[in-house]
Amino acid sequence: MTDLADLTIAEASAGLRSGELSAVDLLDAVERRAAVSEAHLHAYLTLDRAGAKSAAQAADEALAAGDPRPLLGIPIALKDNMVTKGVETTASSQILAGWKPPYDGTAVRRLKEAGAVIVGKTNLDEFAMGSSTENSAYGPTRNPWNTDTVPGGSSGGSAAVVAVGSALGAFGSDTGGSIRQPAALTGTVGVRPTYGLVSRYGLIAFASSLDQIGPLARTVPDAATLLEAVAGWDPLDATSYHGDVPAISRSLDTGVKGLRVGVVTELTGEGIDPQVLAATKATIDRLSDAGADIVEISIPAIEHALSAYYLIAPAECSANLARFDGVRYGLRVDGSTTEEMMAKTRAEGFGPEVTRRILLGTYALSAGYYDAFYGQAQRVRTLLRNEFAAAYDQVDVLVSPTSPTTAFEVGAKTEDPLTMYLSDICTIPTNLAGDAAISVPVGLDDAGLPIGFQIMVPALGEEVMFQVAAEVERLAAFTARAPLATSEVVAP
Amino acid sequence: MTQWEAVIGIETHVELQTNSKMFCGCPVDFGDDPNTAVCPVCLALPGALPVPNEAAIEGILSIGDALNCTLTEDSLFYRKNYFYPDLPKNYQISQYTFPLCVDGHLDVDVDGEPTTIGITRVHMEEDTGKSTHVGESGRIHGAEHTLLDFNRAGVPLVEVVSEPDIRSPEQARAYGVELQRVVRTLGVSDARLEEGSMRFDANISIRPAGSDELGTRTEVKNVNSLRSMQRAIAHEIERQIAVVEGGGSVTLETRHWDEAKGVTKPGRTKEESADYRYFQDPDLLPLHIDDAWRERVGARRPALPAAKRAKYRELGADPRTAELLADATDLAALFEAAVSAGGDARNTGIWLTGEVVAYLRREDATIGETGLGADALVELSSMTAGGDLSATAAKEVLGGVLAGEGSPRQVAETRDLLQISDEGAIEAEVSAVLDQHQDALEKIRSGDMKPIGFLVGQVMRATGGKADPRLVQELIRRKAQG
Amino acid sequence: MPVEIDIARVAHLARIALSDEELEAYGEQLVHILEHAERVQALPTEGVEPTSHPLPMVNAFRPDTVTGSLDRDDALAGAPDAENGYYRVPKILDES
Ligand SMILES: [Mg+2]
Ligand SMILES: [Zn+2]
Repeated sequence: MTDLADLTIAEASAGLRSGELSAVDLLDAVERRAAVSEAHLHAYLTLDRAGAKSAAQAADEALAAGDPRPLLGIPIALKDNMVTKGVETTASSQILAGWKPPYDGTAVRRLKEAGAVIVGKTNLDEFAMGSSTENSAYGPTRNPWNTDTVPGGSSGGSAAVVAVGSALGAFGSDTGGSIRQPAALTGTVGVRPTYGLVSRYGLIAFASSLDQIGPLARTVPDAATLLEAVAGWDPLDATSYHGDVPAISRSLDTGVKGLRVGVVTELTGEGIDPQVLAATKATIDRLSDAGADIVEISIPAIEHALSAYYLIAPAECSANLARFDGVRYGLRVDGSTTEEMMAKTRAEGFGPEVTRRILLGTYALSAGYYDAFYGQAQRVRTLLRNEFAAAYDQVDVLVSPTSPTTAFEVGAKTEDPLTMYLSDICTIPTNLAGDAAISVPVGLDDAGLPIGFQIMVPALGEEVMFQVAAEVERLAAFTARAPLATSEVVAP
Repeated sequence: MTQWEAVIGIETHVELQTNSKMFCGCPVDFGDDPNTAVCPVCLALPGALPVPNEAAIEGILSIGDALNCTLTEDSLFYRKNYFYPDLPKNYQISQYTFPLCVDGHLDVDVDGEPTTIGITRVHMEEDTGKSTHVGESGRIHGAEHTLLDFNRAGVPLVEVVSEPDIRSPEQARAYGVELQRVVRTLGVSDARLEEGSMRFDANISIRPAGSDELGTRTEVKNVNSLRSMQRAIAHEIERQIAVVEGGGSVTLETRHWDEAKGVTKPGRTKEESADYRYFQDPDLLPLHIDDAWRERVGARRPALPAAKRAKYRELGADPRTAELLADATDLAALFEAAVSAGGDARNTGIWLTGEVVAYLRREDATIGETGLGADALVELSSMTAGGDLSATAAKEVLGGVLAGEGSPRQVAETRDLLQISDEGAIEAEVSAVLDQHQDALEKIRSGDMKPIGFLVGQVMRATGGKADPRLVQELIRRKAQG
Repeated sequence: MPVEIDIARVAHLARIALSDEELEAYGEQLVHILEHAERVQALPTEGVEPTSHPLPMVNAFRPDTVTGSLDRDDALAGAPDAENGYYRVPKILDES
């Protein structure tokens, strides 16, 4: 029989409701998987065995009583920048080492209320700043498809646990591609929802106007189920969307006949790996065969998206991370005055990439430079939004590769920040526009590494986004599993 | 020798007395127990987010409206970035461009002299926590370490920035007094300087009288009463004049008022030029105040002190009386009732703000507990005007009425205070006195008017002081003429 | 425009204590990044409103009700230094 850790959420739910399996067995299976895979991956920072155990037991009782909640008994993982009451939350930073929050974030609370079993907290680039999960104060996470390579980032831990089966689903945060890019590099499905669709209350802020929480899963329907559990207005987040939640899973089986699909010129040419490009074109052809109308769409402002992003995100983070000062929580390095204590604490507590971005943002906001840098970047952001809006007058969705390359080797890009930043050229435009996008695995390159396909939609376009994603998934018939997930070392 | 003119602008911070804080559900009304009114938001725990308190927005709009400001249609929250341990996020949520209220003015009276002080802006922000400096000094200087209480962190704070229209310490104080009156009349804050729910910072510079250049300013902080604000400003003006006339120049700096020593002192040991890196707060949506909202604010505006004063002056009260009445709601009500019922405004006002206030203080009573009503004041007015009562007698009668001895006429009769205004009766007394003082009468006839006073005194004595002196004098003159 | 950075002042504004070597290294990296980021200045944006909010929404408020606070022990649990109910920090002024 198959290892329970290899079930999809849909399969597991069916088994739980039919009584074929129990939440406790399911939890045991993923924890056994983790016991082996963690030695190779370091995807989890914390495994909350006690908490997960009691949640699983409670789930089994509720299931016996016919409780219909969709995530009841499903073992999931959370990126460690999501605040969890009583469970250490570090955002992979030294400055928060040992911090046990006195509250749950809204998404976390909703997942608990939906009956999910939270297995643990996953590794990330410190404060979600990075594209490889190498910028973690607690060491890098590796890719289960090839442990010499990175899983992408910053939600690399969440992507890796889903790919290897040490959780059936996971949540991450996406500020410039931090859910979609690791999903692409690990052969999983990753969703960046519309800005405001999921509450940011309890998400440790990186760049407030760009951050969104979203799910990672093995399949598109699983991702839809996870997103439905957390989406919706939250009075604790002034920027959360106060309106009807899109019908996320209504059109999963509708197909793409008659839909207008725009291929983004600026994201399907130079700078994209040939094999990634080939897989992208092949997927577009399949969509065409399935009845979608394919058109080329140019969005020139995308050329400036990366530059705008690397001014806006650091500027916001320079203020968001000012609260880490050694006064109320986290690390403190002593000093003779409070100012010295703060400066020493922050110097020791923050890693190089975080320090770099704080300095960059502080400079971009400082007197005399604001207009040339931050102000101009916000105006460029407007131009980009206008061009996206015009594009969506012509098409229902836009498509592109998710990442310009497949998984790269650990250490390959750590020396030069700019080449690392280029990993996000395909994903950043969606964040700047405040729109939604999803990454779906569509194949492997010659090295056997996964390739992701990105589907972008206007704000609140999740229904059509999942409609197209589900069809892409069927057409690609991507069934490969990460070697580490299937190797005999993890077989029971 | 140069005549110097002071140029003063005042920044006022007012804590709003809402139920909950500006951006979280912690109470604004907390006890002395430190860090008991704190939550993830006002402690700036990782992941927490601010959501604005609607009542605080209504509060600041009322203040802006009362200060004749334009209420901005599209307003924004900004982050003001600076590191300080009493500021949990190490940025203060405030406003920068597009504050909620702009371009207003406040009319104040400086000893009866009306002056208009421009209001540059009124904006919304949040308060900081409280620091306790531990060490012999008990102050920030020479402290060994500092203790932080964040109960106050996040309390809604309204900042009112005046134009540099103020020219004297007296005007500055009058501005402070009037602003305090307005805020209290609106009921949005108790505006107590001692408790810090109202705080003043003064920007002060001097220049040769008549010049329109601005000198280098200093910002004077730490004044915790209106009186000390006036003293601090007066001292700072003198200090700056001394510096400049001594050939030196004023340095741009923050100075702290030392109440005990009566001097201002330089603030921080090292003053660094601030760079607050203001940018729009991405956690908070823009504020949109539409016409309907603006009208709601205007519609609920109460009668403001300046309007009351003007009204009482129109009714006939002198400026000082009008000012006193504007601060005393119950007396003012009685004043309006009495005057509209025909009572004499000038006397009624003086009685109320004089005898009545003194009586209430002495007896520690409220006006309702006394026998004084509008009808009594009207009767008292007419008795005085009709010559039945002398000014002195009127005050004595008022005392009796307050003590509940009855109506003015009853009191006047029982205390035997009515004047004789029956001409016949008085004429007899006058003739009697003149017969005894022929010599005085001769003097008057020969054009020497001095003895009249003496003769009036004689008649008053003869009538036990109850004759109407004006009438007595009149009769003496008539008889002297022939 | 050539990017000029007073990196020591920036580090002070950001309250991060860095050695001279670190300052120099970060300074160079920032210049390098900003020379690319600068490209945004090439775009003509006269009359273009800056975007600060992805969704076109206004006026998100909360009612003025007290919803409770943390238990003080929970609030102070994570504090590096506390003293009878207060957070404790070193002296504020450098008077040495
Ligand atoms: Mg202020
Ligand atoms: Zn609070």
